[in-house]
Parts: sequence; structure tokens; C-alpha cells
Amino acid sequence: MPDKKEDIRIGVFLCHCGSNIAGYLDMEELEEFSRKLPHVTFVLRNLYTCSEGGINEIKKAIEEQNLNRVVVASCTPRTHEPLFRSSCGEAGLNPYLFEMVNIRDQCSWVHMKEQEAGTTKAKDLIRMGVAKAALLEPQEPIMSEVQRRALVLGGGIAGMTASLALANRGYEVVLIEKEESLGGMLNNLNKLSPTMTDAGALADEKIKAVTGHVNITVFTKAKVTEVRGFIGKYNVDIETESGVTTIDIGVIVVSTGGRAFVPEGLYGYDGKRVVTQLEMEKLLKDGLDTDIKNVVMIQCVGSRNEERPYCSRICCQTAVKNAMLIREQNPDSKVSILYRDMQMYGVENEEMFRDSKAKGVRYINYDPANPPQVEFDKVRVYHPLFGRDMDLPVDLVVLSTPVVSQEGAEEISQLLRVPIDENGFFLEGHVKLKPLDFATDGIFLCGSARFPANIRETVAQGLGAASRASIPLAKGSIVVEPIISVLADEDACRGCGLCVALCPYGALEVRTTEKGRKVHVIDVACKGCGVCAATCYQHALSINSFTDNQIEAQLEAFLD
Amino acid sequence: MLDVGRHPNLELLAYSEVEKVEGEAGNFKVTVRRKTRYVEEDRCTGCGACAEKCPTAVPDAFNEGLGARSAIYSYFAQGIPSTHTIDPDHCRQLNGKKCGICAKTCQAEAINFEQEDRIIELNVGAIIIAAGYDIFDPSLIPEYRYREIANVVTAIEFERLLSASGPTEGHMDRPSDRAVLAEIAALEKKAKKSQKALDKLEKKFDEPSAAFYGKYQAGEYEGDEDRKKWADKYASHLKIVEPLEELKKKAKRFTVAKRLAFIQCVGSRDFRFYPFCSGYCCMHSIKEAVIAQEHAPETTSTIFGMDIRAIGKGFEEYKIRGGNNSNITYVRGRIAEITEGPNNNPVVTYENTRERKVESREFDMVVLATACAPTKGIGTLAKTVGVELDKYNFIKTSSLSPVDTTTPGIFVCGCAESPMDVPESVAQASSAAQRAAEIAFQSELEKEKAVA
Ligand SMILES: Cc1cc2nc3c(=O)[nH]c(=O)nc-3n(C[C@H](O)[C@H](O)[C@H](O)COP(=O)(O)OP(=O)(O)OC[C@H]3O[C@@H](n4cnc5c(N)ncnc54)[C@H](O)[C@@H]3O)c2cc1C
Ligand SMILES: Cc1cc2nc3c(=O)[nH]c(=O)nc-3n(C[C@H](O)[C@H](O)[C@H](O)COP(=O)(O)OP(=O)(O)OC[C@H]3O[C@@H](n4cnc5c(N)ncnc54)[C@H](O)[C@@H]3O)c2cc1C
Ligand code: SF4
Ligand code: SF4
Repeated sequence: MPDKKEDIRIGVFLCHCGSNIAGYLDMEELEEFSRKLPHVTFVLRNLYTCSEGGINEIKKAIEEQNLNRVVVASCTPRTHEPLFRSSCGEAGLNPYLFEMVNIRDQCSWVHMKEQEAGTTKAKDLIRMGVAKAALLEPQEPIMSEVQRRALVLGGGIAGMTASLALANRGYEVVLIEKEESLGGMLNNLNKLSPTMTDAGALADEKIKAVTGHVNITVFTKAKVTEVRGFIGKYNVDIETESGVTTIDIGVIVVSTGGRAFVPEGLYGYDGKRVVTQLEMEKLLKDGLDTDIKNVVMIQCVGSRNEERPYCSRICCQTAVKNAMLIREQNPDSKVSILYRDMQMYGVENEEMFRDSKAKGVRYINYDPANPPQVEFDKVRVYHPLFGRDMDLPVDLVVLSTPVVSQEGAEEISQLLRVPIDENGFFLEGHVKLKPLDFATDGIFLCGSARFPANIRETVAQGLGAASRASIPLAKGSIVVEPIISVLADEDACRGCGLCVALCPYGALEVRTTEKGRKVHVIDVACKGCGVCAATCYQHALSINSFTDNQIEAQLEAFLD
Repeated sequence: MLDVGRHPNLELLAYSEVEKVEGEAGNFKVTVRRKTRYVEEDRCTGCGACAEKCPTAVPDAFNEGLGARSAIYSYFAQGIPSTHTIDPDHCRQLNGKKCGICAKTCQAEAINFEQEDRIIELNVGAIIIAAGYDIFDPSLIPEYRYREIANVVTAIEFERLLSASGPTEGHMDRPSDRAVLAEIAALEKKAKKSQKALDKLEKKFDEPSAAFYGKYQAGEYEGDEDRKKWADKYASHLKIVEPLEELKKKAKRFTVAKRLAFIQCVGSRDFRFYPFCSGYCCMHSIKEAVIAQEHAPETTSTIFGMDIRAIGKGFEEYKIRGGNNSNITYVRGRIAEITEGPNNNPVVTYENTRERKVESREFDMVVLATACAPTKGIGTLAKTVGVELDKYNFIKTSSLSPVDTTTPGIFVCGCAESPMDVPESVAQASSAAQRAAEIAFQSELEKEKAVA
């Protein structure tokens, strides 16, 4: 540690990056400066430190100069740290005795017109990097086995698709369904747009494939009651009528779906003359009463309002589909859809929308500030094209209600320690770039558990989540960077659990030890974000390669 | 991108084209043409020294032609691979002129003017098509006057104007103003040159040009050949400086665009072009309006659309926030035409369907939300690879097998399949990877069976 100063031999490599750095900073001055820094025994400038030549220079210097710390001042760790680290490793130096200083992206590029100030800043950065390097300690990568078995939670079309996809690649799958049978929402639907496939037939086909697959074990009327462990090594309790089964699991896919909102108290909903689209599915399946001649559908019932601000994506498609099916079953019926925006996005939906107009479905735009009024035998709506209220006679009113979050989603969120969003849907790791992953490694997401989606999208997501989940399964083990949190001072820890509550990755837990309640870091789950160490008022936790004394040394060097 | 460049299981063949595909699921033979870059990939470090020295300026395709790049270039700064490429249409050396400056500059000795296309063969189990989409060309809609009115731009051009690393460093400078500024710069260069020549003469005759010119015009130096030349020079100098001063005066009044109009469904939901909805454009208009207002808080935006399709996770909320916090107004209506008003301001004439009125409004800039058009090369690609297209020229799939093409072992994802936004493209990419892996697994199984 700090007092063994004589042992430490730091090599500093200054990269010109062609002219990207050398064009704006005074490299000679930086070289002179670096030579005088404590523990620095070797300094070299390279045109490109990352080129083969540059890398060889680092390796040569480690051997010939007996370096035991390496500092490269260059572009950015985002792109080049892994390369430099592994090069140190190849020369026999522990890769974590390497420190990178960013003098391009954060210095030469932002101070292109201020050579002097830029050079001074680069000096500060290098001095700080060297001060930290002197205190670096060797680390070993963390390895952990992965149980090659997946748990899929929820047996709707999303869960069945994901299960089959994983099973087709030779992985064992445990599929849990809380209801008596698989199929989810499909079991309640009639025909599926845009192809008008029979929902029941599709469900049956998938159920057959799932139950017949040697790699899939299905538990119905089942419930997950306890989830222990972390990626690769989960241990899950499954409760069924015949008792509790405990299974080792490597990865988890959440596909618990959603449910259709029931519009109690809205637009005179009674389930008879005023029904939901879900109830409409059943009416159509059973064959529509031929007396039904006048139908009005109202969109956005219970959605896009203060309480539920989101657009549920699929209810417009459903309305258009059902409007056409009504016209097909009762050709002399009149169907009007009262809407805010017709969300018929994409190729297939817009085509169906156009088709429906050709088939006589009528559309009237309404303003949410002046919504339609449902009376016993008519619906009154302001017609913007005519500029006045109109009365539409009705035999049946159909309310398009949103898909809302699944019952028990909160419970699942707590069991798995994954977040849900303000609308109650599960929250993915990154809205754009990681739509099917949770932030926590090893847990994945698909279907309407994530957000309302139609069958095409749900199937794609089921396949996609399986693909993401198969990565650790295929590798059979995971290797994590050792830059993670450690309980550096066990005695200081009071087991208060503040850090546990704040860790975004579920990487901490409080365990009872001989010394009392102490926090425990689950190595493979930790991402080294540092929230815990920053929170711990006892300074019991510390992040490898970002320890308090390393950061203090950097700060001191800066203030020097 | 970075992860793609660095992944050990991933070989990236950029600047390459598929020429032939043979075989079947589990065992395809793919012939690939690696087009010459005239730069050795294993040597080029991507430093960009060559591009800095290259004397040839070419409109920059990455910045939608709004900026310039050199004849040797990397597509954009953070591009992967960072290998530079010589543009054979513009490079002086490759067009028979003397140059080779890049080769002299490159310390890695990566430039090779003799490099030729190479043909390589790959053996693969499955193929994924992710060839994306093209931007619809709005000049096909005459009433929007996209090419005629400088301040009518496409959303992708506007995206570049918004970008901090784009041609305006994120300032909402109007294209008409930028054109004037470019003209000023060109005239200033000319003026400097002619001023130099005048300086010499002024020294020689020891008199300022203006004073001399007055006398000359009064007929004082009749018959003096030398002085006539001076006078001619001065006259042509004035022809440069006078309009220059005019332009400069005009440029003083330039401000960034503050009143923006966004026009939805340009080429989409339109029978003349693409009847489908492109799905992502409503959201990118809202996004662009929000960002523009972040850059300059007094910016106001009007989004003209039939329906605003905010159908993704958090989208409707974003749309409402845009209205509440970013000065965005949503107007339901169809645009009849765009004309040019005073001060190069585009004027939008539209039917406000809520109010049942035809209205006209003047804006500083109009942004067209162009349709997601099938990518141009898709026909050839589909033929080469051997898959069917749908009636719009997207790759044909079915809703129950959303990433399977009509040929087993060949899959598709992203906008090559149909218009979709980034999260959906990312999800589909994973789906396609899954299907490809299934093929690989099955063919391994069969091989094992064959051995046993
Ligand atoms: C009225 C209506 C009409 C529709 N029409 C169409 C259409 O025409 N075309 C189309 O493409 N799409 C349509 N959809 C959408 C379609 O239903 C969904 O895309 C699809 O059902 C989503 O599948 P899923 O597997 O994600 O969810 P779900 O079908 O909801 O399945 C989730 C499953 O998880 C189970 N589960 C929940 N919690 C747990 C738990 N804790 N433990 C174990 N299991 C659990 C549930 O019991 C259920 O079986 C319609 C939707 C509605 C509401
Ligand atoms: C102005 C604008 C703004 C947008 N903003 C957003 C936004 O904010 N958020 C969002 O989610 N979405 C946004 N989108 C949509 C987004 O661009 C698309 O969803 C996304 O790019 C689709 O990805 P892709 O990979 O399918 O296609 P592309 O991005 O088009 O990529 C296709 C790639 O394939 C290559 N290629 C083509 N043909 C061949 C061939 N024959 N051989 C080899 N390679 C080939 C192309 O060169 C290209 O690199 C925006 C779109 C536009 C037009
Ligand atoms: S899909 Fe249509 S009905 Fe459903 S919330 Fe969105 S706009 Fe309203
Ligand atoms: S997303 Fe919006 S702008 Fe784009 S085509 Fe669809 S409705 Fe038009």
C-alpha cells in the first residue's frame, strides 16, 4: 500500500493520436512533466499507442523496465481500455494495475484553440492518473457457473414462444402458468387481426407444441413463491396444488402479460348493451345477435387520461377488426368508431384501416374535452366536419379499454427485484437499446407484461427475449470485471441495509453472520456503479479500483 | 457499434456487397465483394491525418449534403470500422491528376492506389437481412416545393442541423441564411484577392483607389494605359464589394429559426406514394421539436398531422409533455401546399379539420416527416439472396413468424421487414438472432447424428 513507495514503478505512455492530441497539446512538455511525477520511472510518447507498434512498446517496457503500473494518456477508456488492459496482461502484469487518462475526448478535442490551458489540464489529468495508479491493486476476474435451465413466468403467447425457442436450442425450460391452462389472453379472443387467424386454434397449436416438447416442463395453477440467488444460480420455489417444488435456474423470462381494463362507471358500462372489446370478442365468437343493427365504438375509454396517460397501442386495431367482423356477420349493420387518433401504425394496420373504410365502417373524431354521451338508445357526439352534435342510434355500444398491468405484477417485481413503471408495466433496462432485458443481468422480458403489443410484436419479443436469455446459457459461465463493490470493513458494517435498498441491480443482501447482520455483495450481480459505497455512512463498502484512498489521492494530486 | 467492432465472434465486412448466395438452411455459401477503399484496413489507424490534408472537398453524405468532407474520408467520426476510404469519383490521383497527398501524409503507409475489389466466400448456417430503409424523396410531392424553398427541409436534414456534431453545431441556422453566409465567405475571399492587387497599385501611385477613381472618372487620366488598368481593377473590385456589403447587411438581421412547422405523413398514408403508415415519424417530429426548444427556449413548433401516432412505451406521455413544456401545438389537418413568403419564410396552407377552415401560416422553417421507403437495393438483394418481397418491396414475412422470410434459414429484422422504430428494431434483431441460432443448433444436431 502507500508506504511501500520504493516498490512502485510506473510507466507513462503518452499518445499523440496522430494529430488528434499532439495537434493541440504540447506533448514534449507533457513528457517532461510526467518524468518528474512520483514513482514514474519510464515515459514514452507514441504516434498511436493503440497500434501494434505502440502495444509492443508497452509490453517491452513492462519487461525491460520492470514496470509494475502502467498509465496510458490517450483517447478514451470507452474504446481502448480493454485493449490496454489485456496488453498489460499479455506482458505478465495484472491487468488491473493499469490506469487510463483521457486527454483526447475530454481535453484536446474540447480545447482545440487553447493549447496552453489544454496542456495544463492534461498535466492535471496525468498527475491524478499517476497518483491513483500508485495505489492500484491487482484484481482477479470473477467467474461463475450458469445453470443451463430457464424459468419462463407466464404461459401466454409470449411465454410459450420464448419457451419453445429456448427448448429448440436444447435448453431445459420450466414454464409456470398461474391459470389452469396455457394460452393467456388468446383463450378469450375470437379472430386475430390482421390475418384473421382463429385465436383458439393458434393457442391450441402452441400449447400442443409446448406440452409435447421434451425440454419443457409445464407447471399450471402454479405460483412462484420465493426466488433466491442471482444470474446463473437462481433457486426458485414453485407452489402448485401438489405442493412446493424447488428448482435451480440459470435465467428468468418474465411474460406475465396484462389484462383488459374494466370500465366500471364509464359510459354506462353494463356488460350487456354497453360492453368492452374483450366482451365483443366473445359475442362475435358465439355469433352476433342478428337484431344488432347499430353499433357505436368509443376509443380511449380509461386510457390517455390523467389516471392512465399512456396509449394502449392495440385497442384501435382491435376496434377496426371487430367493426369489420360485425359488418361481416350483420351486413346491414351500421358501425361507427368515435376516436381521438386512430393508431393504425405500420403497414398492416393502416391497410386494415383503409380496408375498413371501404367496407363501410364510419369514423368520427371526438375531442376529449367534449366526449360522446351514451344514452339508452343513442350516442350523442359532436361531429367536427358538420360542426354540430349528432345523435347516433345504438343497439350496442362497445368501449375500447386499454390493456393494463397484470394482477400480481407488483408481487413478481418484488420477488425478482426488478422495477415496474408508473403504469404498472415492467420496466426494461433501456427503452431504446435494451427493450427485452432488465437492468439486472439474467432476467428478461417480453409481451404485454412490458407494454401492450399485438401478436406479431409479442411473438417477435418472445423470440427476442429467448435470444437474450440464451447468451449466458450458451456460455455456461459468466465472467465479470472485478471492478465491483466489496465489504472492505466488515466490522464497520451495521447491517442497516440502506445500500441493499438502493442497489439498482439487486447485488446486495444482508446476511446473518457470526459477527451479526452484515451486508453481502453478490459478485456476479454487481456492476460496480458505486451507489452503495457512496451511500454507506460507515464507509464499510468500497469499490475495487475506485477505493476511497485512490480517489482521495487523485483529488490531492489535483489540488497540488 | 463499438461492441460490434470489438466482439471476438463478429467479423465485420463493411463497404462490401453480397453477390451470390447458394445452398440451404444450415449450409449457405455466400459470395461477397469487398469494394476497394484504396486504403489497407489492417494498417489504417483511423487517425484522419489524410483527410485533413486532402485538398478535394466533396458534399458530405452523412450530413445530408449540408457540410463538406474530403475525398478521403471516414463516413463519420465515430464510425466503425474507422478505416478511411478514398472516394474514387472525386479523388484527384484516381482521376488521372497529380496528387497523392494523402499517401505522403499517412504515417501508417496505409494508402494503396493499386488496391482492387476482392471477392471472398463465406460458409454460413443462416442469413439475416437488416438492410433498413431509405428516406422518401419529398420533391416528388410538387405542392411542398421541397427543392424550391430553401427553408423546407426533411426530418433527417433537420436531425443533422440539431446535432452538436452536425454542420451548424446544433444551431437552428436556416438553410437560406447558410447559403447567404457561404456566398459572403466566397465573396470575401475574392475581395481579399482583388484588394491585394489594388494595394500594389495604390503603393505604386501613392494614392488610395477611391480618390483616384473619382478623378479617373472625371476624365483626368485620358490615354494613360496603366491607370486605365487600375481603374478597371477597381471597378471590378466594386462589383464584388458592393453586393458583399449588401449581403452582410442582410446577414446582420439573420436569426436562428424560431417558428417551426412539422408536416406529418409526407409520402406515407398517401395513395400516390406509400399507402402505409411509417410508424416512427410522428415521434421523431415531437422529439425534434422538443430538442429544438431545448436549444433555444423561445422556439415554438406546430405539428400538422392526421393522427399523432404516439403508440410506444412512454410516447403519449412524451407527446403531452412536449405540448406542455416545449411549446408544441398539434394541429389536425392536411397540408394543401407550401409557398415562399417574405424573408424566405415558408408559408403553410392547410385545412384545419377541427375548425373546418382553410388557413395559412408563416414559419421560419418547415420540416417534412418523410416516409420510410423500402431501400433502393432491396430488389437486387432479395433476388440475390433468394427471398420474396411484399407488395411495397419490404421483405415478406407473416405475423405469426415475424422474422422468417419465405426461404428457410433466411431471416429479416428492422425496417427491411417493415417500418418500425429503434426499440422494435432492436427487439426484432434479437428475434432474428434467435431464429438463426435455432438453425445452427439443428444443423449441428444433424451433423452429430450423421457421425453417430
Ligand atoms: C380485446 C383484445 C383483442 C385483441 N385482439 C388482437 C388481435 O386481433 N390481433 C392481435 O395481434 N392481437 C390482439 N390482442 C393482443 C393480444 O391479446 C396480445 O398481444 C397477447 O395476448 C399478449 O400475449 P402475452 O403472452 O404477452 O400475455 P397474455 O396473453 O396476457 O399471457 C400472460 C400469461 O401469464 C399468466 N400469468 C400472469 N401472471 C402470472 C404469474 N404471476 N405466474 C404465472 N403466470 C402468470 C397469465 O395467466 C397468462 O396466461 C388483443 C387484445 C385484447 C385485450
Ligand atoms: C429523421 C428520422 C429520425 C428518427 N428518429 C428516431 C428516434 O428518435 N427514435 C427511434 O426509435 N427511431 C427513430 N427513427 C427510426 C430509425 O431510424 C429506424 O427505426 C432504425 O434506423 C431502423 O434500423 P435498421 O437497422 O432497420 O435500418 P437502417 O438504420 O436503415 O440500417 C440499415 C443498414 O443496412 C445497410 N445496407 C443497406 N443495403 C445493404 C446491402 N444490400 N448490403 C449490405 N448493407 C446494406 C445500410 O447501409 C445501413 O447501414 C428515425 C428515423 C428518421 C428518418
Ligand atoms: S390504441 Fe387507440 S383506443 Fe387504444 S389508447 Fe391508443 S388511441 Fe386510444
Ligand atoms: S407515424 Fe405519423 S407521420 Fe408517420 S406515417 Fe404514421 S401517422 Fe404519418
